[in-house]
Amino acid sequence: MRLLDLLFPERRNSAVIAKDRLKIVLAHERASRDAPEFLPALQKDLLEVVGRYVEICDDTLRVNVGKSADTSLLEINVEIDRSKVKPVNNGAAPRPRPRPIVRLDPESQAPWVKPG
Amino acid sequence: MAKVIVLTSGKGGVGKTTSAAAIAAGLALRGKRTVVIDFDVGLRNLDLIMGCERRVVFDFINVINGDAKLNQALIRDKRNDNLYVFPTSQTRDKEALKRDGVERVLDELKENFDYIVCDSPAGIEHGAITALYFADSAIIVTNPEVSSVRDSDRIIGILASKSRRAEHNLDPVEVHLLLTRYSLERVKKGEMLSVEDVKEILSIPLLGVIPESESVLKASNTGTPVVFDQESPAGRSYLDAVARFVGEQREMRFLQPERRSIFRSLFGRA
Repeated sequence: MRLLDLLFPERRNSAVIAKDRLKIVLAHERASRDAPEFLPALQKDLLEVVGRYVEICDDTLRVNVGKSADTSLLEINVEIDRSKVKPVNNGAAPRPRPRPIVRLDPESQAPWVKPG
Repeated sequence: MAKVIVLTSGKGGVGKTTSAAAIAAGLALRGKRTVVIDFDVGLRNLDLIMGCERRVVFDFINVINGDAKLNQALIRDKRNDNLYVFPTSQTRDKEALKRDGVERVLDELKENFDYIVCDSPAGIEHGAITALYFADSAIIVTNPEVSSVRDSDRIIGILASKSRRAEHNLDPVEVHLLLTRYSLERVKKGEMLSVEDVKEILSIPLLGVIPESESVLKASNTGTPVVFDQESPAGRSYLDAVARFVGEQREMRFLQPERRSIFRSLFGRA
């Protein structure tokens, strides 16, 4: 057995594979278990903002909240495909799509204007 | 003050009931007044493992519903006066295990016992959550195998968030790892996760390692908690685990290959 391992060092024993797989799956599950409630919403917003510059799909953006000692760490991972970077006007960000303004009563003031 | 211990695992078939019976009997052998409760409503089995299946008259649900008194339902073990078994009901209504009813029964038991050992059902449904809810200590029964380790991690998370201690901001439930069905030979061959691997992954303190042993099946066949078998490596490992649980220092046994005399290897038992 030992000799085989020396001859074929890439053949890892199954216990090592089990340990590595568990570490990865548990790291992921623990992160989502302890995640704050706003995380899915944050992920959605980030996807929208980053998506203005590059084409990304849902599974290439991951948001995690981790902890090391006293500090909480917000970790954002985005995988980008270089070929799918969107064109940028003169170095400025592409404009967001204008949001339709909905006014129920055209005579009334906008809700953010304080009444005199 | 009585201590409530839950044996839980998430995954089924890892040895929760065997371990609950062994640990309760081990505590009783140390002179502690101990009751072991079956929380697996509808799938009663602790009575068989404890060898008192023919003495069940009233059960946990009867007592919760007020149809029987606690002392009518408790079964005193014939081998040890400190040990009592509290069987569960075979009803199919899983929700019969009402939390306030369970609390009332546990409070009454606390007046008469040093240790209340709760044998949890598998899974993370109502029964399992009720079993762990009132725990002061939890013994996480785990096999050195990927699905068991993963489910243990999940249960540890649930203990930290859903238990009474978590909900009331009390000291957290003390968690202990009990690694069962361990085969040193297979670990040496690289076919099985080692104690160190599981400890590292779950990062909770180790209470004991129970070697895979023929004596466990023999014990369940005869309805005898395995600690009553002095010859059994599993039985001795459970007794060590109980000693550690009450605060004694014990070395881990059966984690090194045994040096066997020629006589023993020729004639001795494994």
